[in-house]
Amino acid sequence: MSLTADDVKKIAHLARLGINPQDEDNYAQDLSGILDLMVQMGSLDTSEVLPMAHPMDQSQRLRPDKVTEQNQREKFQAIAPQVEEGLYLVPKVIE
Amino acid sequence: MHTKTIAELARGLRSGEFSSVELTRNFLDRITQYQNLNAFITVTADQALAQAEAADKKLAAGSTGLMTGIPIAQKDIFCTDGVKTSCGSKMLDNFIAPYDATVVTKFNDAGAVMLGKLNMDEFAMGSSNETSFYGPVLNPWDTNAVPGGSSGGSAAAVAARLVPGVTGTDTGGSIRQPAALCGITGLKPTYGRVSRYGMIAYASSLDQGGPMTRTAEDAAILLQTMAGFDEKDSTSVDKPVPDYLASIAQKLDGLTIGLPKEFFGEGLDAGIAAIIESAVDEYRRLGATVKEVSMPNLKYAIPAYYIIAPAECSANLSRFDGVRFGYRCENPADLTDLYTRSRGEGFGKEVKRRILIGTYALSAGYYDAYYLKAQKVRRLISEDFKKALSDVDVIMGPVTPSTAFGLGEKTGDPIQMYLSDIYTIAINLAGLPAISIPAGFLNAMPVGLQIIGQYFAEDRLLNVAHQYQQVTDWHQRSPKGFE
Repeated sequence: MSLTADDVKKIAHLARLGINPQDEDNYAQDLSGILDLMVQMGSLDTSEVLPMAHPMDQSQRLRPDKVTEQNQREKFQAIAPQVEEGLYLVPKVIE
Repeated sequence: MHTKTIAELARGLRSGEFSSVELTRNFLDRITQYQNLNAFITVTADQALAQAEAADKKLAAGSTGLMTGIPIAQKDIFCTDGVKTSCGSKMLDNFIAPYDATVVTKFNDAGAVMLGKLNMDEFAMGSSNETSFYGPVLNPWDTNAVPGGSSGGSAAAVAARLVPGVTGTDTGGSIRQPAALCGITGLKPTYGRVSRYGMIAYASSLDQGGPMTRTAEDAAILLQTMAGFDEKDSTSVDKPVPDYLASIAQKLDGLTIGLPKEFFGEGLDAGIAAIIESAVDEYRRLGATVKEVSMPNLKYAIPAYYIIAPAECSANLSRFDGVRFGYRCENPADLTDLYTRSRGEGFGKEVKRRILIGTYALSAGYYDAYYLKAQKVRRLISEDFKKALSDVDVIMGPVTPSTAFGLGEKTGDPIQMYLSDIYTIAINLAGLPAISIPAGFLNAMPVGLQIIGQYFAEDRLLNVAHQYQQVTDWHQRSPKGFE
């Protein structure tokens, strides 16, 4: 399995992850090496095996639909990069 | 004071030999004296002294809790209200956590004194502590060697006697491997035993917090404080917590040990194999019987892990977007630019590598071939362990294929670094508990013995480890210059 710098660019875009163009080849090489390792799993027959998501096969616990948390907007927004009147600010989205 | 174990310190506090404030000052001085190790990211001296004063009052009033007044430190992955929680990343260099992790709350409630936050690989991704934004941690046994990772600051701090006990987290070996490379005791509990609430997520189905100490007895004391069901963690398991100290003195007559032949094959340093064999001989003298077991699917653990962990990491780390908290790039042109550059500038190289692998493995058309396949392989590996553990009480083997490697030796080759996790990651995939204890030295560097047990059998692991520490003194050795 071999990935190109172009593939890396596409994957990075999916992850909204900035990559320096000069690092793309390097990442392509690393990723190809890692995917080569993954090929080993192909030799195992897993057609009858159920995927395992939780070691105890426990399913997600539900809780009663009750208010348990207090609003702490000011505390949480104190660590935000940019806020105004209780709103998080980002660059203009709609012209 | 710094040479004493937590059990001894707890007695000293009660007998009036020293106060918690004295103890705290003593360890804070050592942290300053040995700051070249780079084990701490943040030292919380003022808060620690305030906690120590409060603990002294509780002790004077007759507090019975073993952790009252004991200095500890938290891996910088656990959120601490009002204190910087960086996770070893530039992304969170400005992050003052607005709440406490459950583990932190439990230590606070127990009256422990937090000295600070420990260095670690960025977002716990690494096996050498070299991916930290704050620079590598040095191994006290050889300052040209890595301490292991990702809980490298945790292991180095305990080995250098800067703090008697700390927390770590283990997703693929991040407690056990640095414990082994720094010559201390480190326990990864069963998945679901210790709450993950407020523990910054890397791979949610594998992450588990646990204690790192010098002795198994101290690990029992710390685990007693950390363990337990937590409503705030949706994968926490609701099971009573036993008294871990109650059973550690139990004799080992009749214990059956399984040795997986796959743990002793190609790639294992012959010197380490010999040390593990002599540790097993010690167990024979303690009354154990030994048999060979087999883990035919062990060789698939690395590929399965390096799909599952990055896949979960790419999802978990999508929350770092430069909008609500953490790093934001300068002058973003538009929203996409804000996301892309904040993430590109805030994350280091190894984190990016894993986000890329995970994103690829989860992308349309590849999900079945990679992620689903890896989860199926995970079940096969887990079944290997189940089968082996139906026949024996514990499984033993090495923690690492070699002793601590040199700083910078493997940074250029991520795959070499991943391959060194071979003996630890399978245990995370299965969700089992395992402990690493000091078992000897190879060329003056510490070697760890790994003991793996049944789900929720932490009490048995601590017992088996403690009995070995009653007849050996590897865990008491201290690195030169730190005595």
